[in-house]
Amino acid sequence: MTTTAASRVVQVSSEMDIVRVRQAAREAAVEAGFSLVEQTKLVTAASELARNTLVHGGGGQVSTELTVQQGRTVIRMVFTDSGPGIADVDQALADGFSTRGGMGLGLGGAKRLVDHFAIETGPDRGTVVTISSAARRGRRR
Amino acid sequence: MIIAAHGEAGARLRDFLDRRRDDIIGSWVETGFFGEAAGDAAADVRADCENVLTALSHVVETGNLHDPAAEPFQEIRALLGGLAAQQARQGNTAAQITANLTWLKEPVLRLWLDEQPEGQQRTEDVLALSAALDTLRLVVMETAVTEGADIIAHQQQQLAEMSTPIIKLWKGVLAVPLIGTLDSMRSQAATESLLQAIVDQQAQVAILDITGVPAVDTMVAQHLLKTAMAARLMGAECIISGIRPQIAQTMVQLGIDLGEVATRASLSDALAYALNRVGLSVTPAQRG
Amino acid sequence: MHQVGEVPVLDLGGVLLVSIQVELLDDTVLALQQDLTERVAETGARGVIIDISSVDIVDSFLARALRDIAAATEVLAARTVLVGMRPAVAITLVELGLTLPGMTTALSVERGLELLDTRLDENYPTRQG
Repeated sequence: MTTTAASRVVQVSSEMDIVRVRQAAREAAVEAGFSLVEQTKLVTAASELARNTLVHGGGGQVSTELTVQQGRTVIRMVFTDSGPGIADVDQALADGFSTRGGMGLGLGGAKRLVDHFAIETGPDRGTVVTISSAARRGRRR
Repeated sequence: MIIAAHGEAGARLRDFLDRRRDDIIGSWVETGFFGEAAGDAAADVRADCENVLTALSHVVETGNLHDPAAEPFQEIRALLGGLAAQQARQGNTAAQITANLTWLKEPVLRLWLDEQPEGQQRTEDVLALSAALDTLRLVVMETAVTEGADIIAHQQQQLAEMSTPIIKLWKGVLAVPLIGTLDSMRSQAATESLLQAIVDQQAQVAILDITGVPAVDTMVAQHLLKTAMAARLMGAECIISGIRPQIAQTMVQLGIDLGEVATRASLSDALAYALNRVGLSVTPAQRG
Repeated sequence: MHQVGEVPVLDLGGVLLVSIQVELLDDTVLALQQDLTERVAETGARGVIIDISSVDIVDSFLARALRDIAAATEVLAARTVLVGMRPAVAITLVELGLTLPGMTTALSVERGLELLDTRLDENYPTRQG
């Protein structure tokens, strides 16, 4: 059984919006009953990806939604931009690669912090990154 | 064959369930499915029966007989989950719990057959009633399984927390005796509680003692290394102790490198090193 | 007291104490990086303590800035000590692969100050950790 709660969308066009994306991720993680470490991982991944959306994608939007799958709450975040896209995804995911400062760990690092990571991109096609994570532990009661 | 109760049939069945409410509830209470109806619990058991019957009567009226996700069933999910959990605690499996639900079906069908004249309509209606009750079973099975998974997850977590005691050896020195096979959940729980204890007690040194760990594979070594790196980021130092000779050999063979993490053969060596790190030394007492 | 954005920088007589209490914008991080380096040069501080005990996430951008602050102050003969990193933040950084090698860390501001004092006593010791 899958039920979907209303999704929340944050427009990303300034640095302040990166903070808003972090807050949206935090609120969703708290609602989904994530442990503190799980919350921190998701928020950090969201921060990396939102910065990519702003800096590389020239802005875009981030949607956050909670779904319940087989009794587990799953958080799904989608980062969409219509920027120049990424020509070589494998290279972008590899540690150490960066076209702009950072430690080149934006994409690859974010991927390691979440359960599922998917990217759709290509030259001049924009970029859509989808991540999802579920609380690992049983619900506390 | 899909049986649907529409309009007229739905109204007829709903009317029956409402009209024979007391009889149905009476027989349901007797089955014991809803728990012991003695003393103070009697009112609760009756209320539970009423709620389930109300949901069932809504379902037959709307004709949504085959959908476990139907709105009226959703409303009694928590109630059914509670009942399933109660039966699970008495040692019933999900299959038994679901089987016990036939206790609810029989009296309802019997009452209907007794009061209706024979014919095509009676047969169709009884099939519809039966379908709705079967769907109720599915809902119970689903909640029972989820409930069971929750209980298992909860117990796993308790076990994970229980099996990683953090011991204060000295002011500023902590030790975690890791025992048994380290799966990823247990090692994560161990790391989290250790790092939290480092903050709470402002411990500069933490000893991870693996004397009780039967085997160290790449995964376990990676995890120990990650724990040590996280502790270092927080401003504390990790020492790994209790590395038995054969484990040391395996680690070399696997090419596992613990890098800059201090390692000691025994817990006492690690303690001596730790005390030195916090600026203490152990000397023989002066006799006199 | 001196302030960069909403981040106060305290001069404890030879040691600059920066306590990050608010959610940082990337611009503030960059301003802080530049300001701290300048202040170390101006004041001849022997150390910088950055207290991140209130910070609930450190992403690669902030981690890189912290690393660069440490490297730049080191060139100016001042050691930067990162203090109070939360467990969840530390676990996440390790998972990200950002272990900040060479960065001096301490559990608290007090411990950070002790570390800087030790360094003075030892004249010029080897790097800790």
